[in-house]
Amino acid sequence: MDSLQTYLFISAILFSLGLYGVITRRNGIAVLMGVELILNAANINFIAFARFGGMNFSGQVFALFVIIMAAAEAAVALAIIINVFNNLDTVNIDDAKELKL
Amino acid sequence: MTGDMLINYALGILFFPLISFIILIFVGKRLPRQGDIVAIGSILLTLILSLAMFGSMLLSKDPGFRHEASFTWMDLGDFKIKLGFLIDNITIIMLLVVSLISTMTHIFSTKYMEGDIRYSRYYAYLGLFTFSMNGIVLANNLISLYIFWELVGVSSYLLIGHWFEKDSAADASKKAFLTNRVGDIGFFIGLMLVFTALGTFNYAEIFEGVSRGNISGNLLTFAGIGLFMGAVGKSSQFPLHIWLPDAMEGPTPVSALMHAATMVAAGVYLSVRLFPLFTPEALLFIAYTGGFTAIFAATIAITQNDIKKVLAYSTVSQLGYMILAVGTGAYVAGFFHLVTHAMFKACLFYGSGSVIHAMHHALHNLKDHDTDPQDMRNMGGFKSKMPITYWTMLVATLAISGVPLFSGFLSKDAILAGTLSFASHHPQHFLLPVFGFSAALITAFYMFRLIFMTFHNQPKLPNVFNDIHESPKPMVFPLILLSSLCVFIFYTLPYFNPLSDHGWFMELIQAKDSMVPGNPSAKYIADGIHHSHTLTMVLSVLVAALGIFLSWAVYMKKIISADIWTKKMSIFYNLSLNKYYFDENYNKYLYQPFLRLANRVSYIDWDLYDKYFINGFGHVTKWLSFITGRTDYDGLDQTIVDGLGRSMGKFGSSLKEIQTGRLQNYMLFALFGVIIIIIFQSF
Repeated sequence: MDSLQTYLFISAILFSLGLYGVITRRNGIAVLMGVELILNAANINFIAFARFGGMNFSGQVFALFVIIMAAAEAAVALAIIINVFNNLDTVNIDDAKELKL
Repeated sequence: MTGDMLINYALGILFFPLISFIILIFVGKRLPRQGDIVAIGSILLTLILSLAMFGSMLLSKDPGFRHEASFTWMDLGDFKIKLGFLIDNITIIMLLVVSLISTMTHIFSTKYMEGDIRYSRYYAYLGLFTFSMNGIVLANNLISLYIFWELVGVSSYLLIGHWFEKDSAADASKKAFLTNRVGDIGFFIGLMLVFTALGTFNYAEIFEGVSRGNISGNLLTFAGIGLFMGAVGKSSQFPLHIWLPDAMEGPTPVSALMHAATMVAAGVYLSVRLFPLFTPEALLFIAYTGGFTAIFAATIAITQNDIKKVLAYSTVSQLGYMILAVGTGAYVAGFFHLVTHAMFKACLFYGSGSVIHAMHHALHNLKDHDTDPQDMRNMGGFKSKMPITYWTMLVATLAISGVPLFSGFLSKDAILAGTLSFASHHPQHFLLPVFGFSAALITAFYMFRLIFMTFHNQPKLPNVFNDIHESPKPMVFPLILLSSLCVFIFYTLPYFNPLSDHGWFMELIQAKDSMVPGNPSAKYIADGIHHSHTLTMVLSVLVAALGIFLSWAVYMKKIISADIWTKKMSIFYNLSLNKYYFDENYNKYLYQPFLRLANRVSYIDWDLYDKYFINGFGHVTKWLSFITGRTDYDGLDQTIVDGLGRSMGKFGSSLKEIQTGRLQNYMLFALFGVIIIIIFQSF
């Protein structure tokens, strides 16, 4: 069980779930959650390659960077969503279409 | 006088009248006295300059004097045309004659034209005329002579048609212009013949070419006759004499200036200038033209009743004399006659102007507008009323009749001597002196007829006669001056022999040898004239006396009844009275056929050529453009140009469909894209 394939498999499932969430959810917060899932799938990949592949320490450092970046991204994205909610009284991303012709 | 100074003087003489013309034509009406002061001032300056040149010529006493200056007018590589001045004794004398007569005309016109509606324009045109005439005189080449020649034609046209409200005046101006054109075509042909053969327009270079034989034989004869045709037109020689009598429709001072003294003399001047290039054949042609014109016009003058018409035909006749002199080789005599004729003929015209002026006023006061003020049958007995006009005209008449003590005798005598000597060398041409002497007889006759009918006998219209007055001073002054210039002494100084033409004139103007090989030398001609001088003198005094006596017998004493002779000679009388039906025949055989021909040609042009060819061409073009238009709009534009746009639009609008604006759709497309890339990479 403790092999690279197992981790990559879990990571792929996680990525697919995230992607599915991003594509199908109408709620902006849910979309953000999908994005977090995708990022975390990437993190699992990094760690797995650090453990079993040749990346060693830098894989873990990369994962750390991704977590930091995800935090920043969540902060900005949530701020956008709050603004969208303030203006449109909804967080449904399909309603945010004022720039559409 | 140095050469440069002469040229400056000549420039002044040439351009003062032009400046006056420009001022008067633009602002004349706004000037005080309608600007006649400008014109008179400029002509006086011209006269002073001419007098200065004349004085220096008399002082230098150099018969061979000659100064030339040219500048390049057109420079087209090898082809250069130069214009310039030629100043010699002939030029200086002509300049003086032109400016003197022109000045007199300006002064005379202040009264004669007083109150005319186009007074300032009249003076402007006089300036233009003086400018162009002086240009002819000063030219040293044929091309600038030709330019000024045509300018003289234009100013003549403008002045004859001065009273263009009258149809007759408008017609006369057109006639003068067009008749002159006929001669000028000949002139132009001659000009081009000379230029093609010699490549120059300069007189001196032309003569040099002729003497070297670069142009000779028939070609030179034709060139000479062509150039002479210009003189025929301008100097009103047979058969182009028809315009001059009609030109009397212009104001009388204009007739005096242009149609008696100077402009018509341009043709004679041209013949005198170009004398060295005429071949013997051309000279013979010239002599017969002149001789025939002299007698022919004189016979018409006998029966004319219009005082100006008599003088007009007399002018034609006297011009014929001058041309005859050129033809017989005595061209200096011709030029001499030109000068003396200018004086006495201008005087006669001013005299007739004075009479007409008086008649006009008298008739005007009587409110009579039907009587013709120019008809001599309405005059008679004016001697007591207009003594100055009478005496001055009498002097001029004696001069033109060739009575000794007067200038006309000297010049006419020289011409007749020339014809006699020519006939003695060539007995087959005996007709030339016959023409000359009989014309002299007739001249004396009709000129005294004019004097007797106008000034002697009982007045025909007594109530008009009572109103006749002598003309005002500005009109009388030119008469006195010019009639005194009819006295022989002004031409023979420093000698006082009234029977011989020896004097400053003959000393300063000496005949040049002809440049054409085969022509007699100047000395030979001069000797011949000298030999026949005495015979000529006796003969010419006799014919003049006979003419005056006949005239006196017919019109003064009525010993011979004019009426009976008129009936006896009714055929000749009618021929002469109707000017040999020249105008009618020209109309019938020249103008009308020409008009018909022109009509035919215009029919071909308008109705055939234009209608079928030009318009047909237009129709074809129209159809062609219609077809190309359709192809262009409907075919090219609609399918290809617009079609490309339309298909682009369609493509764009179908492509627009995938731009949903939904974020997740784009994600999906990106996902598909990634999947496709992965699939492709895995192979």
